[in-house]
Amino acid sequence: MSQRIPVTELTPDFRGRAEEALADGQLRNNFRVAMDSLMTKRANAFPDADEREGLRELGNRIKAGALSRLPDLLEQLEQKLTENGVKVHWAETVEEANSLVHGIIEARKGSQVVKGKSMVSEEMEMNDYLAERGVECLESDMGEYIVQLDNEKPSHIIMPAIHKNARQVSKLFHDKLGEPETEDVNQLIQIGRRTLRRKFMEADVGVSGVNFAIAETGTLLLVENEGNGRMSTTAPPVHIAVTGIEKVVPNLRDVVPLVSLLTRSALGQPITTYVNLISGPRKPDELDGPEEVHLVLLDNGRTGAFADAQMRQTLNCIRCGACMNHCPVYTRVGGHTYGEVYPGPIGKIITPHMAGLDKVPDHPSASSLCGACGEVCPVKIPIPELLQRLRQENVKNPEQPQQVKGGGAKYSRTERWIWRGWQMLNTRPALYRSFLWAATRFRVLAPKKAGPWTENHSAPVPARRSLHDLAARHLDQNGGRPS
Amino acid sequence: MSQLFYDAAPNATRVSPEREADRHYPEKPEAVTLFGTCVVDLFFPEAGLDAIRLLEREGVRVHFPQEQSCCGQPAWTSGYRDEAKAVARAQLDILDQSGLPVVVPSGSCGGMFRHHYPALFADEPDTLKRVEALAERTFELTEFLLEVCRVQLADRGAPSKIALHTSCSARREMNTHLHARELLQQLEAVERVDHDHESECCGFGGTFSVRMPEVSGAMVKDKTRSLIDSGAVEMVTADGGCLMNINGSLEKQKESFRGRHLASFLWERTNGDNAGEVA
Repeated sequence: MSQRIPVTELTPDFRGRAEEALADGQLRNNFRVAMDSLMTKRANAFPDADEREGLRELGNRIKAGALSRLPDLLEQLEQKLTENGVKVHWAETVEEANSLVHGIIEARKGSQVVKGKSMVSEEMEMNDYLAERGVECLESDMGEYIVQLDNEKPSHIIMPAIHKNARQVSKLFHDKLGEPETEDVNQLIQIGRRTLRRKFMEADVGVSGVNFAIAETGTLLLVENEGNGRMSTTAPPVHIAVTGIEKVVPNLRDVVPLVSLLTRSALGQPITTYVNLISGPRKPDELDGPEEVHLVLLDNGRTGAFADAQMRQTLNCIRCGACMNHCPVYTRVGGHTYGEVYPGPIGKIITPHMAGLDKVPDHPSASSLCGACGEVCPVKIPIPELLQRLRQENVKNPEQPQQVKGGGAKYSRTERWIWRGWQMLNTRPALYRSFLWAATRFRVLAPKKAGPWTENHSAPVPARRSLHDLAARHLDQNGGRPS
Repeated sequence: MSQLFYDAAPNATRVSPEREADRHYPEKPEAVTLFGTCVVDLFFPEAGLDAIRLLEREGVRVHFPQEQSCCGQPAWTSGYRDEAKAVARAQLDILDQSGLPVVVPSGSCGGMFRHHYPALFADEPDTLKRVEALAERTFELTEFLLEVCRVQLADRGAPSKIALHTSCSARREMNTHLHARELLQQLEAVERVDHDHESECCGFGGTFSVRMPEVSGAMVKDKTRSLIDSGAVEMVTADGGCLMNINGSLEKQKESFRGRHLASFLWERTNGDNAGEVA
């Protein structure tokens, strides 16, 4: 798992990677401990269930309402940002977005970029794109810095290096930076801080993500805890923000409950240490701030999800990561197993629109549909329902028109026939009862191996008599009326 | 691997909503239909029979239509909507013949009737009306005993310590995750002990257990470990799918610990004839 994962070249081998991760005791322990802690923090941040449910309902309404007039809001956002002196760029694909970002850097003859945390920039694989063109990108979020140093990808959308413990980070700093080994987290942070401080001052361009883009005022809101977001967006002479088109909300009032939902769901915080509201470049009478501010709005498949009333709900996401923190599958296999930018339950429902379902054919099945993700989602995305929908899209005949990009990847004529047989069995009572009779009568002949089931279980042996049989006798004896 | 997890927060995943107050429970009816479920039918029929006995003891006549089979859930969660719908329609027709309240000894099949049938038939307004009526009169066994029958259980068994596993569907679709607890509380000599990560999924997930055996296997191993380490002598659950998963895994691991269906447990503890056999 320590190898860098080039997202676009991945083989769709979820199960192989899962098996590897499951065998890694350290990795599993790191995740279990971290996820337990995050679940506890979230639970403590919402002590009042009524308040929590009311807020989730409100969050859902705000996001759904914003999406229902997405084109208008985006237009308003562009207009207001432009009035504020922010240059707005539109990108349909990650290639376009990268080329826009590179163009801005090139125009300034820049060679060094310092980055605040941005999942959209991960989606773009911006670091690689720019590195190939001679621009050095340095991640300034502590977690991102750690994974960048180890040539990895984030394993969690909020805590990119959550798969590592302090000892592993210490070893990494020792190996890569020649620092003395220490497991003191404060000292580790100081090491990162020393390197990064200098870079903030040297960088030609700062790149950041956006948590909420406010249409009414043309404001970009960014929450963070390390101050690196503020440094990246204010210290370098140019600030480029990159974000998905679904991040737009109508006004500042709407942001209040959404930020509360975000920070409490993500880390159990009432609010983050820093809340940055960016409304434009430095004005003539101001002492600091960037000379130029750009916003790149990325589509990358989002309009595909938008066009489908049910799948549109995926765009409610405010990227808090609570679904992965509560997911029993994610907790066991970790973020890298998903092999995509967005891991966990939310990754399973948004990645198909970006990469195509055929790139991640196993993802919809990698869930017991336990429902924990849907239960904690702050904007009430019905994640299990959408996973079921994707399972349907997955098994559609690929020769027919698809509703989700790359649908039909798991189409199997054999499996279709098995389910037809199952249907016949369960819709013809006489056939079903004959099956029960045979299965209970010849129970000793039940196979000792039942495919993957017997990898984890003893072979299932039918009972001596079925409930159909027992109930008929019982109700007959008791004067009941078997219908 | 599991022993590594024991420094973790023991019940961090207990995030379920509080018990839903607004479900309307009717007066105790004279008769109900028992929907046995295919797993109970073939693997735990005695649990179905014990459910019938528990209901009859409350003065409720039980119908068991012999035409019933499976609720359709396996195909539905596998993405085979048409096949699921055909099977669902067959059950709907059977259950509508008497129109009696439907009692289900499994949270996930109850959840199928109450939450997924309406999704399956959303495009058929006439059928949807019947489906919504079915959802309204479908009850998981534990909630039916507690809320509709207002059962008062008299424990006749020897002191025992047990762990309770609640299915995810009971917890999140049926909102019946506390009913079994309350029933067990009525049993004087039974002590229910918490197990580590009690509210976490056992890893069954229907066809998930065979599509992703690696991940599902890791989940059920953790679940069985925490059940064994809880200090309980046995586990009870009101869901046939979880029971098959957990017991199958325990047997594969050559553990002597076992789970059984809550209906059987309740019947044995409270039925004079068998009370001596418990302990």
